[in-house]
Amino acid sequence: MVETLELKRTPFHERTSRLSVAQNWRRWAGYAVVGSYELSLDHEYWAIRDRAALIDVSPLMKYLIEGPDAARLLHKVTTRDIYKMGVGQVYYTGWCDEDGKLLDDGTVSRLSDQSFRMTSAEPSLRWLAMNAVGMDVRVTEVTDQVAALSLQGPKSRAVLNRCCNDTLDVLKYFRLMNTNIGSAQVNVSRTGYTGDLGYEIWVEAEQALPVWDALMEAGDDYGITPCGILAMDMARVEAGLFMVDADYTAANHAWIEGQKSSPLEMGLDWTVNLNKKGYFVGRKALEREKKSGSAWKMVGLEVDWVGLERLFADVGLPPQIPGMAVRASLPVFADGKQIGYASTSTWSPVLKKYIALAHLQRPHYEPGTVVTMEVTVEHQRRHAPAKVVKLPFYDPAWKKK
Amino acid sequence: MPSNHYDAIIIGGGHNGLIAGAYLARAGKRVVVLERREMVGGAAVTEEIFPGYRFTEFSYVVSLLRPEIIRDLELPRHGLKILPLPSTVTPMDNGDYLAAWPDHEPTRREIYRHSPRDAEAADEYGRTMARAAKAIKPVLSLVPPDPTSMSVRDVLGLIKLGQYAKSLSEKELYRIAKLVTQSSADLLDEWFEFDPLKGTKSASGIIGTFLGPRSPGTAYVLLHHYMGEIDGAFRAWGFAKNGTGGVTAAIAASARALGAEIRTGASVKQVIVKGGRAAGVALENGDELHSRVVMSAADPKRSFLNFVESKHFPDEFVEQIKNFRVRGSSGKVNIALSGLPQFTCLPGESPLHRGAISISPSMDYIERAYDEAKYGQFSKNPYIDMIIPSMIDRDMAPPGHHVMSCFVQYAPYDIEGGWDDSKRDSFGETVISTIERYAPNIRKIIVGKQVITPKDIERIAGITGGNIFHGELLLHQLFFLRPAPQWADFRTPLPGYYFGASGAHPGGGVMGAAGKMAAQEVLKDWR
Repeated sequence: MVETLELKRTPFHERTSRLSVAQNWRRWAGYAVVGSYELSLDHEYWAIRDRAALIDVSPLMKYLIEGPDAARLLHKVTTRDIYKMGVGQVYYTGWCDEDGKLLDDGTVSRLSDQSFRMTSAEPSLRWLAMNAVGMDVRVTEVTDQVAALSLQGPKSRAVLNRCCNDTLDVLKYFRLMNTNIGSAQVNVSRTGYTGDLGYEIWVEAEQALPVWDALMEAGDDYGITPCGILAMDMARVEAGLFMVDADYTAANHAWIEGQKSSPLEMGLDWTVNLNKKGYFVGRKALEREKKSGSAWKMVGLEVDWVGLERLFADVGLPPQIPGMAVRASLPVFADGKQIGYASTSTWSPVLKKYIALAHLQRPHYEPGTVVTMEVTVEHQRRHAPAKVVKLPFYDPAWKKK
Repeated sequence: MPSNHYDAIIIGGGHNGLIAGAYLARAGKRVVVLERREMVGGAAVTEEIFPGYRFTEFSYVVSLLRPEIIRDLELPRHGLKILPLPSTVTPMDNGDYLAAWPDHEPTRREIYRHSPRDAEAADEYGRTMARAAKAIKPVLSLVPPDPTSMSVRDVLGLIKLGQYAKSLSEKELYRIAKLVTQSSADLLDEWFEFDPLKGTKSASGIIGTFLGPRSPGTAYVLLHHYMGEIDGAFRAWGFAKNGTGGVTAAIAASARALGAEIRTGASVKQVIVKGGRAAGVALENGDELHSRVVMSAADPKRSFLNFVESKHFPDEFVEQIKNFRVRGSSGKVNIALSGLPQFTCLPGESPLHRGAISISPSMDYIERAYDEAKYGQFSKNPYIDMIIPSMIDRDMAPPGHHVMSCFVQYAPYDIEGGWDDSKRDSFGETVISTIERYAPNIRKIIVGKQVITPKDIERIAGITGGNIFHGELLLHQLFFLRPAPQWADFRTPLPGYYFGASGAHPGGGVMGAAGKMAAQEVLKDWR
């Protein structure tokens, strides 16, 4: 049974594998996806920030939630007010356990009055089913049936306008629409994981390849570039977007209480609607936390380059930092005492800054606070000065325009 | 304060002038930057010469822009994006090519294909040059001390320099001594055998100079190209979004945000001198602006021979500036294209179209091109450094169309009989037919072209002699000798009059160091 030992292939594998020069494959939810197509990340990264990047995001877990009680289920499970959600709208949301600790985060799209699509990073079928007891709702996993492409970058709209039957000019941020690419029916949402102008295209797996081809052809004049998940990982840090089990531990994966994070601790206050009607999972705990304030906060850290340069100059070197996002915990200090940790750090080519997503303890999480972050300088642990900043780090004007 | 009174007036809205303005505004000074043209940028401008096609008219790459300037002025926040310019390809006469890729392995394999020996040498050469650049780099950010002066500042500066030199190993000092005196041909012959490789590497030693690969001193210019390498992640080598006009637009935005005023269409006639001090400027339109400090970010000739009456300077200084060599040696041809040029050696579209394309088949080819220039002719077979900006930044041309930027050397400023329209045309024609040898479809896809001679650089960008560095990077015009002995510290013999442009230390290349350091010296003297 060799087949079961292999990682699954996405519906785009026939294309992505042929384009992959670097043979740099990564695991994502049981699938093999391209880490980077080229030997260097530069060209793929800049496709996200200046052109159009085509990213295979098919491994995202996808669920169809249908029936008279579909809205009721999602209203109960997520922290957003689903009753206020219009058809064609997309919400980003986290969902919690009874203690108000995050299990996962993803998007909820209202496809019609009684049907929704939910995406998640981790399997969520059991959690949804448990919460749907007594409701008139059907939850179907469609991860393998629905292929997904993320087209990100300032030129992404121009590319879609060339190959979709309808204009994308009317599609607002976090809205979706149905259209056609060639003969394939697609659903396009103005969403993504890069903090740039961008869209995600949802299509039946059988139609995946013609859609990929049409996008690549339409994008040729705009420098469309197949992009792996490593460049996307840099972009998502710049966008202040985090990832389950990299930047926070799913509450159901945690071994100890201290590993868990609430949406308020993750800075998702804007998604936690405590004014919404009725019960939702984690409500009481979140209300308590809102009142007493959070002990932790996820914030941005900007490393002070002059300070970093000085540490390296001490050993006669220019600063050596990795040219990609690093998912490794780096201790953060204030007045010599550890007050938190950075979970993902990266060099930001567009900002020309060394940045990190960090969990900091009260009161050190206020923007402007000066802390230090551990860096390794010639095998020695040193502390580089850094400043707490508001997320996102990068927020171009054209993202929502 | 009346509206025409400032703390500081800066003449020239190129990158150095704007940077100086930004730094002074940042220090709380009331500052105005005066630009002769209707747009800022100087020689770092982007213009839409043909509708839809945007040319990065003069300078076309960013390589040495100082990281501290990018940080201090928050240029990324003001729109600066430096896009990768990952490769260099040299088309060969036999239809093959030599490529340098952004990754070590493919580059090594590529050189190996032509010369296994050179493949190994290239690694060691790269490391040696980078080490030498690292050793010499701290000197670039020093205000050059005057070795003949006994002033406290100069003596302290010399001690610092001496201490630094002492920190280098003997081997490093010898290497540097050799590099600053050698010709690039001698240096490269020591390392390599493959002609296109030597030709292409030697080309970076002659850019902007009126010298050939066999002229002594050119090896030092090669070294300049490794300076950027040691900035690591901060390396600014690439193509600026929207061309180099994008760099100056970001600097101007930052300067304005910091409170600097920028006036365009403000041509300076003369610096006003009162009581032996610079006290303001008179504009061509008759307006007078007053200030405590005036800084020129124009070229040395205009700064010292045009803007200020020579009676305010010692004769010797005037003489030195007159002798400062600013011979322009290069031209530019910007081409709007309806498609991608098809190079015989690169059929279709290759990743190499996103990098530099260098017409430099051998060192002899370039030296011969120089021979013609020595005697007042433009090269019949010139060295050309091409990039296709629209392959890097899709906003430079309409979708599917392209623009090509061709830096051409040699085109002497003092051409026999002087430049005129017909000479410009035949210069443009020479460039097109040179490209045509390697990309036969070029003529068919030309939508329009702009031919720029050194005379045009002078006329449009206002740089005397049309030299892209405001003065050649010759050993006798560098460090404490730039622009003149005793006056390399951004001050001038006229109190209150400062000088911060490419003609000052450490020289040109959209580096910005002169503008920044000059502003800092102004602030030091303020107390």
